[in-house]
Amino acid sequence: MSAAVELDGVAKEYRRYGPGRRAGTLKSALLGGRLRDLAPREILRAVDDVSLRIPSGAAFGIVGRNGSGKSTLLKLMAGITRPTAGSVKVHGRVSALIELGAGFHPEISGRENVFINGVMLGLTRREIARRFEEIVEFAEMEDFIDAPVRTYSSGMYMRLGFAVAVHVDADVLLVDEVLAVGDERFSLKCLDKFAEYKRRGKTTVLVTHGLDMVERFCDEALWLDAGKVRTSGDPRRVLHAYRGDVETEEEHELAARDEKARQAVDAESDAAADREEPADPPAPAEAAPAEAQAAEPPEAPDEAPPGDEPEDMFKAAAGRWGDGPVRIDDVRLEGESGPAHLFQSGAGLAIRMRVTAPEEVTDFVFGISIFNAAGVCCYGTNTDIERYRPVALSGTGEVVFVIDSLDLVEGTYKLDVAAHRRDGAQYDYHRLLYTFRVKSQTRDAGIYRPAHSWTFTPNIRFEEPES
Amino acid sequence: MLANLRRLLQHRELIRTLVAREVKARYRGSVLGFFWSFANPLLLLLVYTFVFSVILPGFRGGELEPYALFLFCGLLPWTWFSSSLLESSNVLIANGNLLKKVMFPAEILPIVTVLSNMVHFLLGLPVLGAFLAWYALDGRLPGPLQAVELVWLPAVILVQLLLTLGCALLLSALTVHFRDIRDLLGNLLTLWFFATPIIYPMALVPAGGKPIMDLNPFAHLAISYQEILFYNGPFGHWKWLLALAAASLALAVIGYSVFDRLRDTFAEEV
Repeated sequence: MSAAVELDGVAKEYRRYGPGRRAGTLKSALLGGRLRDLAPREILRAVDDVSLRIPSGAAFGIVGRNGSGKSTLLKLMAGITRPTAGSVKVHGRVSALIELGAGFHPEISGRENVFINGVMLGLTRREIARRFEEIVEFAEMEDFIDAPVRTYSSGMYMRLGFAVAVHVDADVLLVDEVLAVGDERFSLKCLDKFAEYKRRGKTTVLVTHGLDMVERFCDEALWLDAGKVRTSGDPRRVLHAYRGDVETEEEHELAARDEKARQAVDAESDAAADREEPADPPAPAEAAPAEAQAAEPPEAPDEAPPGDEPEDMFKAAAGRWGDGPVRIDDVRLEGESGPAHLFQSGAGLAIRMRVTAPEEVTDFVFGISIFNAAGVCCYGTNTDIERYRPVALSGTGEVVFVIDSLDLVEGTYKLDVAAHRRDGAQYDYHRLLYTFRVKSQTRDAGIYRPAHSWTFTPNIRFEEPES
Repeated sequence: MLANLRRLLQHRELIRTLVAREVKARYRGSVLGFFWSFANPLLLLLVYTFVFSVILPGFRGGELEPYALFLFCGLLPWTWFSSSLLESSNVLIANGNLLKKVMFPAEILPIVTVLSNMVHFLLGLPVLGAFLAWYALDGRLPGPLQAVELVWLPAVILVQLLLTLGCALLLSALTVHFRDIRDLLGNLLTLWFFATPIIYPMALVPAGGKPIMDLNPFAHLAISYQEILFYNGPFGHWKWLLALAAASLALAVIGYSVFDRLRDTFAEEV
């Protein structure tokens, strides 16, 4: 098959200038003296040595993180920017859905703008006239087409721009994350349009964060990372590698964030301990789930309040309180294969707490609660509720709380852990200091996913669900 | 450069459409609409006539009757020239999203600016023609209208188009990098206006100032318009006009080359 798009060793550099350049531009240029100020401070390689070949008729997906150079690559293909090095070859007419409705003039009617936009995209007026009805119908703008564009809502603006761009009838369609135009139904219509392009043997290049779409729609995918091609080929394989990498990074990020939160709180509580010896405050209620209803969303741990214990722990911001004979020195989350912050829904999770009591203690309770991002307590329990009668604790030991199957829906969760007296007086309370994320293949809603199944009588039939 | 010109030719439909858009959009929403193209020069003319007949009657030379007509001959082309330059100094920056997001030869933008201002100039010509006819019928013209001189008019317009295009390409490209030009330009144009024989005749310029005046390209254009439309007698300024044509062509080539050199930087700088 012939290639629709060929890139060979393509690089694109952007120059970043120092702050002095903007201020005295003309002056320094005229005086010719400080030409140094005009020299770029730093060169950014947005796209670095990319070679690829997109066969004609293929649907090609480009994925990658923000700032990885995806849009620059698309602009290079569209011919909007020229490569610093290498060559870009595109065969056939190109339509780039990068900025929808670029060049719409607010003062004149949608009708005239469709013509202008079409001519800009390379159609002749006659071609536009032939497709005009279709464009307006696609954009669902029949009633407004003669009103000036400045009266349009942003959704109407985008729909009309999209409609013109997809009716250019290009051989190569370049799409940059523009499917968020309009409602669900309109998005489906756009997808249909792409599918039609594909059927007619046109080439589509898609830049998106919607990985599902790449998986469903594309024949080939490419993962761009910091301007370089990490891997390309079969979409499933590429996306698997990409998702794995994103998860690893998320894991590092969560770990780093937890570490930072802990350090901040440690510093805070050390300072508080130096200031005063706090009297035992009125005991907060035991960490029971029922009381979590009105809990506030967790706040940034850096804003942890000073040593005074809040009235209601479940409404408190992140922090650490208590000054008892039992300390929780370390809390670790573990998955099936060692320390983790990222868990698949339904996988196992272990919370390991290292506790220390310099002198023997006979009254102690350990508790944990899990909160979701909205601050709702998803689950809370402690050893006292579960009828463990304390006998003795001395020296350093480990408390492990094991969840066999973490049946939470996808989201970010935070953890409270505590050691306290049976009457509720805190020894050591860690509020929202530990974060973990739950991933799920299913987009189900709510908080908790009970183990479940569906059954149907034989007259109700479904296709086999995709796994 | 030739390849670029050919590409420009391929985009003539786009240029035409955009010029039409500019012209249409300018008066959209106003009550008088299109009529403003005629009304604007007319009102401007009234203001200047008022200033130089009532406030400063001693300023003009004695032979300048009717003064309004004399003024009009220079003012109309000057408006085309100065508006084109002012607008094109901003046109690349204002249309940054086109340069960044659509495949689009950037020179189209200043060209469209110059051409749409030229359309306004051409629409002003009938107003000028009406004045001319009015005074001719009234017998108040300095001499009989010589139709044969009008043959020169398209040539003068063409030279002005070349000159304006060259300046516009140069300015629009440079302003992307040196935005100070935008502010400087407005004042520069005011100075240029008064340094050009538009509100006063060339005859009032002292002998010492003449060599300087000769270096002012727009002075030759203004004199040409005045000789063709206002003064009686043969068009004597044609040698200067030809020299200016050559200079304007050179300027247009230089302006386009500079524009072409800087072209790749536009999408990043605007």
